Amino acid sequence: MKTINIIIAALLMTCSIQAQMVEKSQSGTFLLKNALLHTVTNGTMKGDILIKDGKIADIGSISQAEAGSTTIELTGKHIYPGMIDGGTKLGLSEVGSVSLTQDYRELGSFTPHMQALTAVNPNSVSIPVTRTNGVTTVIAKTEGGLFPGTAALINLHGYTPQQMYAGFKGVQMNFPATGRRGRWDRRKDEDIKKDSEKAMKKLNGIWKKAVQYAKIDSAGTAGRKTRDDYNPQMDALLPVVNGEAPLMIEVNKDKDIKAAIKWVAENKVNAIFTGVSEGYRVTKELAESGVSVITGPVLSIPGRSSASYDISYKNAGIMQKAGIKVAIRTNETENVRNLPFNAGFAAAYGMGVEEALKAVTIIPAEIFGVADQLGSLEKGKVANLFICDGDPFETKTQVEHLFIEGYKVPIESRHTLLYDEFLKRDPGADK
Amino acid sequence: MKKYILSLCAMMVAFMGTAQETGSILIKNGTVLTITDGVKENTDVLIKNGKISKIGKNLSADRSTQIVDATGQFVMPGIVDAHSHIALETVNEATNPVTSEVFVGDGLDPQDVGIYRALAGGVTISHAMHGSANAIGGECETIKHRYGTWDPDDLRMKNAPRTIKFALGENPIRVHGEGRNITPSTRMGVEQVFRSAFSEAQLYKKAWADFNNKITRTPPHYSRRMETLVDILDGEIIIHCHSYRADELLMLMNVLEDYGVSRLCFQHVNEGFKVAPELAKFGAGASVFSDWWAYKFEVYYSTAYNAAILVRNGVVTSINSDSGELIRHLYHEAAKTQRYGDLTDNEALRLITINPATQLGIGDRVGSIEKGKDGDIAIFSAHPLSVYAIPQMTIVDGIVKFDLKNDAQDMRIDIDPEEKFDDTFINLNAEDEERCMQDVYNELFLGESSQSHAGHKH
Repeated sequence: MKTINIIIAALLMTCSIQAQMVEKSQSGTFLLKNALLHTVTNGTMKGDILIKDGKIADIGSISQAEAGSTTIELTGKHIYPGMIDGGTKLGLSEVGSVSLTQDYRELGSFTPHMQALTAVNPNSVSIPVTRTNGVTTVIAKTEGGLFPGTAALINLHGYTPQQMYAGFKGVQMNFPATGRRGRWDRRKDEDIKKDSEKAMKKLNGIWKKAVQYAKIDSAGTAGRKTRDDYNPQMDALLPVVNGEAPLMIEVNKDKDIKAAIKWVAENKVNAIFTGVSEGYRVTKELAESGVSVITGPVLSIPGRSSASYDISYKNAGIMQKAGIKVAIRTNETENVRNLPFNAGFAAAYGMGVEEALKAVTIIPAEIFGVADQLGSLEKGKVANLFICDGDPFETKTQVEHLFIEGYKVPIESRHTLLYDEFLKRDPGADK
Repeated sequence: MKKYILSLCAMMVAFMGTAQETGSILIKNGTVLTITDGVKENTDVLIKNGKISKIGKNLSADRSTQIVDATGQFVMPGIVDAHSHIALETVNEATNPVTSEVFVGDGLDPQDVGIYRALAGGVTISHAMHGSANAIGGECETIKHRYGTWDPDDLRMKNAPRTIKFALGENPIRVHGEGRNITPSTRMGVEQVFRSAFSEAQLYKKAWADFNNKITRTPPHYSRRMETLVDILDGEIIIHCHSYRADELLMLMNVLEDYGVSRLCFQHVNEGFKVAPELAKFGAGASVFSDWWAYKFEVYYSTAYNAAILVRNGVVTSINSDSGELIRHLYHEAAKTQRYGDLTDNEALRLITINPATQLGIGDRVGSIEKGKDGDIAIFSAHPLSVYAIPQMTIVDGIVKFDLKNDAQDMRIDIDPEEKFDDTFINLNAEDEERCMQDVYNELFLGESSQSHAGHKH
């Protein structure tokens, strides 16, 4: 069997290496037999999974394989639901230093109508690199000013952004931050204060107009099909103002979080907080607010030099234990593949493996309102799952098979292809 | 009176040496990952006056020796980072393509809390490097993480070989070609910067030799820049070269061969995997990231399997941080070579211990648990290659520098009473702390697009 695998691998290599393209995915009906199923929502048990028409058609003990289905024997292997990263720039940036390959930041600070989904490049080289670590679904988000754009949840498989779309879009807001933005920020103290006051004023001004706009809109559009004006920014905010969609609010510093909690309550906004790197300092307020949190990267240095060296590792667990609904993100682009390790560190530093697993599966699915489709191994859900030889957070674990929307996606990426080609280079040094 | 002065002198010497003092510790009953002599279960390690004196079972020590119970824990040599910028006041002297006259050791900052954070990740030694703005940058300093001192001299690892930073590719091209409109503005230009500098150094060396041998009568103009280059030609300095692409790796090896220079370790070297046989043949080391890529075009064709391919081809390879963030979990970065390339436990651990030590020329003093080596130890709750391992204690020269049980929240040495908490900032990107191009962006490119400066600049 091993020889056959090697021959197949060699054949695949010869036809795919030159373009460094990964192999095509396979569709069909798949019966995954005798694996340990980590369902997340219904415990862990030995059993089988039937994948059909892109869904988990059955789960448990399935004796009879359907005609035409492919059976994969998985004794000793583990099946997990695909991991979900609640905040990335995947697909929106190809090369970090080349601005023309970056599509996540539009000009202006009030651009909620900028759709991340529009600019997602389904052929980004980073996508296969990411999914081969078991990450099947991510938020692709914009960056920039006060309302930088609208993020989208995407599955990491498909030929068009629409095919990749996984059922959630969220208008993003960067809550006006106090303090410096980084080492390079050389503004004077009083300018920083002025700037943040100005930003808060601007936010409230926009919000007031948006509320007004929503009122006029609901009054004016009654019984009318056309509109008198074109205001894409305000239109983009409508579902948020009307409470039909959540607002993703990026906020990190403790006092900014408190201010954001207050702002959300005052304006009755259905909010998701993202970042929240100092959530550990305001757990009580956060828990009382009932706002869900997407935090990360876990692998980051503390925001203040006076903070404990491991506080970023602990933050997610501290919040979760305080009763806050916490999902974990990487905030990465080409290294979203490190999501399982971010979860692993959170697990080690207080969150525990079970809760950390939820924080990258069912919890983000719930936060994005797609828990009926994603986030666990359940009958009827989308077949986003992966098979591995051990604990998926453990660094050395190998992901062996991957399914996204029922497609069997090859465990291949630029990184594996270069490995295959160069491990034993021929000719070597002595030609 | 004379006696009094002598004893006063002795006291002063003793006082000045306090931070470099050494300790004695007996670490009992751990799983000892020696690196060079296998894994020893239920084994003790005795450190006496800063040096490892015994490794064995049921060791005893005198009363003055601190005893640490490591039952159920993993004991490994202190981690060595061959590429970092912690404890540095400044990183780049970005004013000329050749600045071999400068030395980062002139601006060490022993109060950098980054040193403590590195210790909390088991790292006892780091290579504090000049940045990558210049083809030939400044000399670097190998430091021991003796956190707690105010004296920069205490950080220096005495008698560690001299090292110097070189840089190829986009960074020197961007800084000098694009930024200052001088050569190099291409990889061709980078080659000629080296050839011209080395040739000038050869002439300089000859001019001084002629003068010293009384062949000429006027002393040549003294140049600190040339002095350092001559020392490189004479093999007294190890070159650590920031590099990415396969072609430029080959270029530098060709240049060095022409000038008879052989002590070379490539840094980052993302495309090292493409020319691993050539690196092995030259004897060049490779100090790489575990998985960083795509942050600029010259690392777009990368693979996280780089380290594994290099190791399998016989290249002395290490995993480095180049970051105040990554330096805190190099043990985890090393473990990634097991996901990407299936290295054995020992092969993976070598990447952050004996191999970087060898690349810095200190492999005979640190990097493994061996009798006679420095008492630099890291103790973990679980196997250090596990994602669930938590560093418990880090020891430098037999002195406990990090102890999880005695870890105060605020470990700063220097606290400015005027400092407002608001002045701290939040790092949203894992790689915010990368500092290879520090000072350059601030000085040359600030205002261009300030938001992106927080991001990738390796």
